[in-house]
Amino acid sequence: MTAGATITLSYREALRAALRDALQRDARVLLMGEDVGRYGGCFAVSKGLLDEFGPERIRDTPLSESAFVGAGIGAALGGMRPIVEIMTVNFSLLALDQILNNAATILHMSGGQFNIPLVIRMTTGAGRQLAAQHSHSFEGWYAHIPGIKILAPATLADARGMLWPALEDPDPVLIFEHGSLYNLEGELPAVADAVEIATAAVRRAGHDVSLITYGGTLGKTLQAAEALASEGIDAEVIDLRVLRPLDDATIIASVARTHRAVIIDEGWRSGSLSAEISARIMERAFYDLDAPVARVCSAEVPMPYPKHLEDAALPQTPAIVAAARRVVTGHE
Amino acid sequence: MSTDDRAIERTHGRHLLREMLRIRRFEEKCAELYGAGKIRGFMHLYIGQEAVAVGAMQALAADDAVVATYREHGHALIRGVSAAAIMAEMYGKVEGCSRGRGGSMHLFDARTRFYGGNAIVGGCLPLAVGLALADKMQRRDRVTACFFGEGAVAEGEFHESLNLAALWRLPVVFCCENNLYAMGTALARSESETDLCLKASSFEMPAWPVDGMDVVACEQAAARAVEATRAGAGPHFLEFRTYRFRAHSMFDPELYRSKLEVEEWKQRDPIPAFAARLQAAGLLTDADHTHIEQEIAQEIADAVAFAEAGAWEPIEELTRFVYSEPRR
Repeated sequence: MTAGATITLSYREALRAALRDALQRDARVLLMGEDVGRYGGCFAVSKGLLDEFGPERIRDTPLSESAFVGAGIGAALGGMRPIVEIMTVNFSLLALDQILNNAATILHMSGGQFNIPLVIRMTTGAGRQLAAQHSHSFEGWYAHIPGIKILAPATLADARGMLWPALEDPDPVLIFEHGSLYNLEGELPAVADAVEIATAAVRRAGHDVSLITYGGTLGKTLQAAEALASEGIDAEVIDLRVLRPLDDATIIASVARTHRAVIIDEGWRSGSLSAEISARIMERAFYDLDAPVARVCSAEVPMPYPKHLEDAALPQTPAIVAAARRVVTGHE
Repeated sequence: MSTDDRAIERTHGRHLLREMLRIRRFEEKCAELYGAGKIRGFMHLYIGQEAVAVGAMQALAADDAVVATYREHGHALIRGVSAAAIMAEMYGKVEGCSRGRGGSMHLFDARTRFYGGNAIVGGCLPLAVGLALADKMQRRDRVTACFFGEGAVAEGEFHESLNLAALWRLPVVFCCENNLYAMGTALARSESETDLCLKASSFEMPAWPVDGMDVVACEQAAARAVEATRAGAGPHFLEFRTYRFRAHSMFDPELYRSKLEVEEWKQRDPIPAFAARLQAAGLLTDADHTHIEQEIAQEIADAVAFAEAGAWEPIEELTRFVYSEPRR
């Protein structure tokens, strides 16, 4: 294969390539979760892996989130490198005890004796008319918890690249895949680049305002930046990538350049990740600001089913444009 | 004298008695130190249930794993965590087996593969399933013993974990210590079906009731279950029928059970009962008994001295081990 060759693939295929790569590289890696094997994964991410790697390493589990997440923790303690798939973030609440009270806690509580090299993947977010029990964005909640790391791949490169460093991490890593991204297509280098899981990325450089986002709203935010450019507003777009620990340096450096910030977060506004980022900007870059920090978040309602209401509940490009315009020009 | 008693080998019989007494005397000292303010937080005494941990633990090999609950001083002690390291942990000293960070409810020890010290009822069962999964996948000949109380049977994690362990035929021995009360709630007040072995059997795993006040019965049942599990027969469930003589924790006024009931169970105290059996079989003299007590008293005095002399972890280390430290 020639250097610089590219391939076209979807976000789903990029995730599958990452899984296949990990399973090939390390015999300790296994994938387990509901319907990851015969069904091929609820979102078809693991399709074909059962045939390739067999039922020992591609394990269909009962509908027992707490038991199979806890078993992932135990298997990690026992020397394996488990990847646990939870169908959606809403279902992960059934395993919250294991994630918080065990995975995030045992290293510190045991005085550093027992680390847990576990990866948990799950789907998050709305936009597919799945209503109020399959559509929420709780990654901000998880980012509240010390002891775990939180990743949000928003690009094909991160979908393919984040899994391996997450598996190499000695501690639990949760990867949130936004459901609207699975069909996203694009080109990637045929030979995967190594990816780090420590920093935020500047996806678009700009001078006038920092648009700070992650995951499923990155695309909408980049569209907003293009719309703003046509109005003469030069927006910088930050993709957080890592929600815990937050890369303060990239955020603060951007705000120091642009003097304005809008945070776009599909979570609910109250007590959200956007609130945390806003607070950090106040704490560390208050005197760099030329306008109050603005936020574009989901409406504080359980996600409704009909498309017009779901659209209205979610951060949309026009609202991002309006918020950015307001902090830059002082009016809508 | 029963056939069983003739079969008890002298050294081993004394060992069992000694181990039960170690837990009893250690915890009596803990209660005293709690009253003196040396130990704080929640503390749950195992007194009355010693035969279970001592008997069951005899069946385990050095590289097997143990997962336990917040009533785990005895399990840690018998598994081989030193009395000094446990006592220092109860004091909150950095020399403790969890650097003082866990206290009474969170004893951990990598050397003996002692995975806590888990204080969410039922939360430790999935961990045991996962440890056993790792052993099975790595073709290791190891067993994980998971101790929990009958209160855990009401939790979803109990059913999820037994199902998963049986479905995947994992080498776990589920050791349920039925002391009749989940804190203050009697089994019959919380379970529509109080036959715990029947529940476990419904997952297609062998399940046996065991007299938890008889250390020999506990040892024999555990040996049988561990041997079968290790040989690949899948998980086993043991219901040890036992009783705690002390309150649930140090804050429990015991309004939910009668003094008469406690006194009746104390008549079945596993320690004097077993000592009497050994004496009747000619395997223990009064002098032997006294000697054992003296050795234990010394061990506990040394543990307390160790804990007293221990250091507080520097506040600068508060955030150490939230995440793993880079390998040096």
